[in-house]
Amino acid sequence: MKPSQEQQVWMYKHMLVSRFFEEVIEKIYMEGKSPAFNMANGPIPGEMHLSNGQEPCAVGVCAHLTAEDVVTSTHRPHHVAIAKGVDLKAMAAEIFGKKTGLSGGRGGHMHIFDANVNFSCSGIIGQSVGPAVGAALSRVMQKKSGIAVAYLGEGAANQGAFHEALNMAGVWKLPVIFIIEDNSWGISVSKRASTAIDRNSDRAVAYGMPGEFIAGNDPVAIFDVVGEAIARARNGGGPTLIEIETSRLAGHFMGDGETYRPAGEKEALQKIDPIPVMKQRLLDEGILTDATDAALVEEAHAAVDAAIQFARDSEYAAPEEAMQKVFV
Amino acid sequence: MTQVKEKERKLTIARAMAEAIAQEMRIDDKVFVMGEDIGELGGVFGNTRGLHEEFGGERVRDTPISETAFIGAAVGAASDGMKPVVELMFVDFFGVCFDAIYNMMAKNTYFSGGNVTVPMVLMTSTGGGYSDGGQHSQCVHATFAHLPGMKVVAPSNAYDAKGMMIAAIRDPNPVVFMFHKALQGMGWLGTEKEAIVHVPEAAYEVELGKAVVTRPGTDVTIVGITSGVHFGLKAARILEEQGVSAEVVDLRSLAPLDRDTVIESVKKTGRLIVVDEDYHSYGMTAEIIASVVEAGVPLKAAPQRVAYPDIPIPFARPMEQWALPSPEKIIAAFNKMKED
Ligand SMILES: Cc1ncc(C[n+]2csc(CCOP(=O)(O)OP(=O)(O)O)c2C)c(N)n1
Repeated sequence: MKPSQEQQVWMYKHMLVSRFFEEVIEKIYMEGKSPAFNMANGPIPGEMHLSNGQEPCAVGVCAHLTAEDVVTSTHRPHHVAIAKGVDLKAMAAEIFGKKTGLSGGRGGHMHIFDANVNFSCSGIIGQSVGPAVGAALSRVMQKKSGIAVAYLGEGAANQGAFHEALNMAGVWKLPVIFIIEDNSWGISVSKRASTAIDRNSDRAVAYGMPGEFIAGNDPVAIFDVVGEAIARARNGGGPTLIEIETSRLAGHFMGDGETYRPAGEKEALQKIDPIPVMKQRLLDEGILTDATDAALVEEAHAAVDAAIQFARDSEYAAPEEAMQKVFV
Repeated sequence: MTQVKEKERKLTIARAMAEAIAQEMRIDDKVFVMGEDIGELGGVFGNTRGLHEEFGGERVRDTPISETAFIGAAVGAASDGMKPVVELMFVDFFGVCFDAIYNMMAKNTYFSGGNVTVPMVLMTSTGGGYSDGGQHSQCVHATFAHLPGMKVVAPSNAYDAKGMMIAAIRDPNPVVFMFHKALQGMGWLGTEKEAIVHVPEAAYEVELGKAVVTRPGTDVTIVGITSGVHFGLKAARILEEQGVSAEVVDLRSLAPLDRDTVIESVKKTGRLIVVDEDYHSYGMTAEIIASVVEAGVPLKAAPQRVAYPDIPIPFARPMEQWALPSPEKIIAAFNKMKED
């Protein structure tokens, strides 16, 4: 399944928005955290997991989705949220902990919920899969359209929840797609050191569903393979497990010294940064010109800047509001 | 006669834990360590630093992100003659692996009539205060302490951390060893300086199940654990300026629970405030107050608790800080008692 020119530009643009967003968050995160790095300080406290390098996994999948489709994500959710159409201003405000944030500041960066576009995530590894299976079940039971997509890291594929959920989805032939973002690291532990086989997609056999491995961190290749799987799911053909080779260009979280990375790995990954690679291809294929590229870059920056400004300008909720929304 | 005083050797809780584990590993080759990022990285919270370097990957094993597997495996290894020390990175993650902990680790000794022992240590980080959100900031002390069959300890300073870790490794029973992130001495989590204390180099044990009076006083007893002890000590200093003499009791162990030390203290002071960063309802605070009341200790005022409200922990800094226990809340609790 080939993406149209329009779809390719959409993917490129959302990769830009995601990257610019992370770059700004990275900068603001460090405000108030030097000389001594203390996570509690600055306008964005707590842990921060950036998604730089993993944008193709977000856009290549979400290009096939609309707001009604359900996406569950992980502790590293920004790129997927952006591609799924989560309100950027409200998401930025949530990351700052402001009252105007998606959850009024109760959730934070690992707990992004936007019911308008059916997006959610969890900070507990492997726990994205169960809710996606349940959403798919719900669509079938209610005879409602739409499918579910669960994102997880390759490290999360060693969590029991993953295997239980896949088996159930396989038994019930549910319209759900499992997307493993294989950035080859779970914090400091490599995929090779923690996973008994090379490709998690091979595990699909055990759960009676097709498994696909996509190499190259290439949005167009991802669009192609995922498109087939999603079309199958929409037509009652059941679940698919897809593992995407991608790269974590940043540390596990901000403040990670990354001493465990082999020398030169990061530099090598930066050389194949998917965004310049995509840009060059779009230029080569005449889908993009320098002028249209510049316009997209400007548009993406403007969207990010507006969101960040909104977050900065917003107020915090009154502290006592912490007591609200436990129940509705 | 000149006394030879040991040179002061201040350690963080993180270093004290790592030192304790290393010393036991040197004398007992049954002791081994498993967990996520506890190998070359030395643990996300620093408490296994240096172990992989000294003992290698055979005895210091990074695991997959498979808590049910490696904690369950520790139960099996412990009952087969090994002494595993395993790490659940954040206590909040117990949800994915609790069966191995409370249905097996904690019960196999009893089920077997004492014929099968489970000598293992499950170490796990607790606590918040640095805006890590509701799945990375909890204490859940009572959730563990409520369930029979496992010892549950939580030191508030490096001296106790080393002695209790050594005692935990040598204990023939399973021990849950909770360490509070803000007391760990990792700068990036904020650091409670008073948790960094002198730690003797030679191995020693601090008996599990024994509370300690950290600061003697006569007017009110403040009982705490981990961060609660430090909030209590700060409150006690402020109260002292107001002419109030507060006694601070560090529980150190939740199970077994040293009720006697608490009761003795309240007999003296007649007033009780219990401080816990764990949730308010059904928690350690209730257990302590109930124990004192059950013992019939005469009280000058209704006991008070300062604990986390019954809400998921919010991310936003103003909400999070507002909800946490604090010295100010302890003082407010004391002032309320004066009105009684
Ligand atoms: C059940 C559970 N165990 C451990 C953690 C701590 N943790 C957070 S992220 C992470 C690594 C996850 O690796 P992977 O799934 O590959 O995702 P990535 O971080 O590479 O995006 C770990 C171990 C957690 N959040 N939940």
